Amino acid sequence: MSTTGKVTGIIANLVTVEVNGPVAQNEICYIKLGDSRLMAEVIKVNGKSASVQVYESTRGVRKGNDVEFMGYMLEATLGPGLLSSNYDGLQNNLATMTGVFLQRGEYTSPIDMEKKWDFTPLAKAGDKVVAADWLGEVKEGWLPHKIMVPFSFKGEYTVKSVAAAGSYKASDTVAVVTDAAGEDHNVTMVQKWPVKVAIGGYKEKPRPYRIMETGVRCIDTLNPMAEGGTGFIPGPFGCGKTVLQHAIAKQGEADVIIMAACGERANEVVEIFAEFPELIDARTGRKLSERTTIICNTSNMPVAAREASVYTAMTIGEYYRAMGLKVLLLADSTSRWAQALREMSNRMEELPGADAFPVDLPAIISNFYARAGIVTLNNGETGSVTFIGTVSPAGGNLKEPVTESTKKAARCFYALSQNRADRKRYPAVDPIDSYSKYLEYPEIAEYLNAKVDPQWVEKVNKAKNYILRGKEAYEQINILGDDGVPMEYHNRYWKSELIDFIILQQDAFDAIDSSTPMDRQEFMLNKVLEVCDAPVDFESFEDCSAHYKNIINIMRQMNYSEYKSADFEKYLEQLNKVTRHDN
Amino acid sequence: MTTKAFQRIYTQLEAITKATVALKAQGVSNDELATVDGRLAQVVKIKGDLVTLQVFSGTEGIPTDSEVIFFGEAPSLNVSEQLAGRFFNAYGEPIDNGPAVDGEKRFIGGPSVNPYRRKQPSQLIPTGIAGIDLNNTLVSGQKIPFFANADQPYNQVMANVALRADVDKIILGGMGLTNDDYLYFKQMFENAGALNKIISFVNTTEQPPVERLLIPDMALTAAEYFAVDKNEKVLVLLTDMTLYADALSIVSNRMDQIPSKDSMPGSLYSDLAKIYEKAVQLPDGGSITIIAVTTLNDGDITHAIPDNTGYITEGQLFLRTDTDTGKVIIDPFRSLSRLKQLVIGKQTREDHGQVMNTGVRLYADAANAKTKLENGFDLSDYDLRCLDYAKDYSNKLLAIDVNIKIDQMLDTAWDLFGKYFKPEELGIKQNLVDKYWKGN
Repeated sequence: MSTTGKVTGIIANLVTVEVNGPVAQNEICYIKLGDSRLMAEVIKVNGKSASVQVYESTRGVRKGNDVEFMGYMLEATLGPGLLSSNYDGLQNNLATMTGVFLQRGEYTSPIDMEKKWDFTPLAKAGDKVVAADWLGEVKEGWLPHKIMVPFSFKGEYTVKSVAAAGSYKASDTVAVVTDAAGEDHNVTMVQKWPVKVAIGGYKEKPRPYRIMETGVRCIDTLNPMAEGGTGFIPGPFGCGKTVLQHAIAKQGEADVIIMAACGERANEVVEIFAEFPELIDARTGRKLSERTTIICNTSNMPVAAREASVYTAMTIGEYYRAMGLKVLLLADSTSRWAQALREMSNRMEELPGADAFPVDLPAIISNFYARAGIVTLNNGETGSVTFIGTVSPAGGNLKEPVTESTKKAARCFYALSQNRADRKRYPAVDPIDSYSKYLEYPEIAEYLNAKVDPQWVEKVNKAKNYILRGKEAYEQINILGDDGVPMEYHNRYWKSELIDFIILQQDAFDAIDSSTPMDRQEFMLNKVLEVCDAPVDFESFEDCSAHYKNIINIMRQMNYSEYKSADFEKYLEQLNKVTRHDN
Repeated sequence: MTTKAFQRIYTQLEAITKATVALKAQGVSNDELATVDGRLAQVVKIKGDLVTLQVFSGTEGIPTDSEVIFFGEAPSLNVSEQLAGRFFNAYGEPIDNGPAVDGEKRFIGGPSVNPYRRKQPSQLIPTGIAGIDLNNTLVSGQKIPFFANADQPYNQVMANVALRADVDKIILGGMGLTNDDYLYFKQMFENAGALNKIISFVNTTEQPPVERLLIPDMALTAAEYFAVDKNEKVLVLLTDMTLYADALSIVSNRMDQIPSKDSMPGSLYSDLAKIYEKAVQLPDGGSITIIAVTTLNDGDITHAIPDNTGYITEGQLFLRTDTDTGKVIIDPFRSLSRLKQLVIGKQTREDHGQVMNTGVRLYADAANAKTKLENGFDLSDYDLRCLDYAKDYSNKLLAIDVNIKIDQMLDTAWDLFGKYFKPEELGIKQNLVDKYWKGN
């Protein structure tokens, strides 16, 4: 007999329920309202009174409505078919919902249980297995999707039987495993896992030691993201957060991309819906939508499901990581999630922390970021979840609780600057404030020097130094005037402008410039540093600016041309002429 | 609202604040309407038998023995073609001496469109104002506010934009409009001979502030009727959203909620998003485009209202008075239309994107030159050219009194580039320079 209850109070989406039996924190319940059932989650219990946050509009709910408790927490359904699906924050399939409007109480299955998949066994009878070990695989698009011992299985099991190669429904039993007590358990292609609990089942979680390429120069060259790493992009509105995140999603060097649109604009998600089925992933030649799962809880969808959406996304990411795949998880924006927490905390009349956010906000954020990482699986293979979140700081002020808490948790910081955005210098990632802690990791430096260029890290730091000195020079010029500073200041300033225009700025809407592979980034950085390192002498500061403007113009044309094409070589020739001429 | 049989009536209030009353009542549902002493009110909180109602017109003079009648349902609007050409108050009651509207009863503040069923906005909305069309192109299904100081002519600009836009219906949601502005809109619409495609929901400054909370939902319920049921292109004008947010903070304050930034309720973002996200391009051709006004305190966009708005809307149009030309311009630095990339170079000429960016970049260089000038430094030849360019650019393209076609705007920009600059100073793709360059 499961616990039931009756509604006793309502404030917006916080409902209090008088219960008649045991309830668990975070347990799911349904409020009966006419023919529909509204899903809710227990967030506080006080005696016989449970406070639940409702994932739907509470219009029409009244005192005395029946509530049924389910005995489980909010779970994600995991199995083949997740990729290229579009879910809401509770993992309802948006594509199979009827009607133009989201009807309250309509819940759809995340996975098509009837769909057949071509199964190939990987384990055999007699094998000893534990949770997350691979029993077989199916082809999900082009990806080998592993069917695993469910994560919830504790201890060691013996494989009793595995289905022969063939076509099976997702809900068919494909393996039987026996536990230590001799009891048999059926395994299907589908399993469930509570989203707020991290999926384990791996041997170890080493420090990240490889780079994840994004094709975005200001990230890959200057502040690289590590595979299994964490980063965040704070910025005021209008600074290009979303454009940058979409660029990373399109070009990121990952097997699986999971995008959590958390409390943001619906039209941004529509853009992904419209574009991703058309765009081709350059590395695999497959459509981008085939490797992408979208979790979409836009700003007008129920607030409580916003919080759930990021956890659902992370759980799906961890699931694919356990298959030995590279997962890139993007969440836009984690501030909206924090605001959802604030709304609830406020309605429960908890004592507020800074800016009325709940006091445990930093703990919640760092716990979440900690779920990312590269892992060594039990069978020695590696899988990873790389997480990049955006933060929308109130008033563009980075001294606010969400930004500060995230800064402590994430290893890469890509600060978007209002000043750069105002001057249309996109991506507006501030080259001086931003950092990647991974550049300081010896294993990452070793990796970069082996993969890109033997002196790569040294060169990157040199470029950063040019940018910094350029900024200092610019400030001096502004204070003392063009004539009031030595010529060298102008030279320094223009060197930083060259790096800014050629390496940092990138046209996200140009077919060629939008994505720069690492070999091309290496080539361009070397060219830019050659120009910067060359000794030059100018008669006047106007000669100096004319010289660099000319070079910037030529190199911009190079950025817009196909790499190593006739046009590219033509501009390269022009560049060489200009630089040689000066020497 | 007329009384019907079997309505529950109570006559004992437990508590009264400036915006809410509380009483003991049975069988009341969340969000349902009631009248308190004849004034319309809505259930906002239920705690056991204690029900809290927000009274839209304020609680002045309400006695503790007021008659409270519950209606058992949320606020609604009757929708039909008869809405067209009419003026209503915040409750959806006619204020133009016309008859009540016959039609289907729709509850306001209904569910959201399934994002998966939305279509990508794709139709350019030309306005003739170059500061918008050239630099911040509008697209149907977009939501965008004007950020303006109280002294700027935002309502006039918005009325101009609305009347020039090619749409089937224009719905005005006026919140705290001064009576003068209300009459201005009315006259403007009449003069344009466009009354039959305009529907207005108006709350003026003379009316109680809490009533304003109903205006956006009323306007958008009407908009959804025409866009979803009739597949029409609907433009919704909401002015002034700052006054709407102020009304939200009044109610939350009376309900003892802990305020967050700038004494706004913690749910401000969600409250505003619920309204703005009604902007949509529907699969069957209908669309809702929202143009709003958010007034600022002396240009401060870090205040919670413009700040949250900016995160929700697809850009913002920033009005500023240009001291060099004395004209009100659309500020090219702070303004942005996020959806412009969907139409620029696709429904407009191929050079649009690069001309737009270059035009703004050169204007930024002029701003730098101006700083140098103000600091008493010598200006280079390039600086001087930038300054001259900026005046021309502001006059011929940024000013809100410009009314030309987009191709003319592009040609004007190339004229200015040719007049003041050399091709290599533009950083524009060579093939476009070859084709459109007008200088020597």
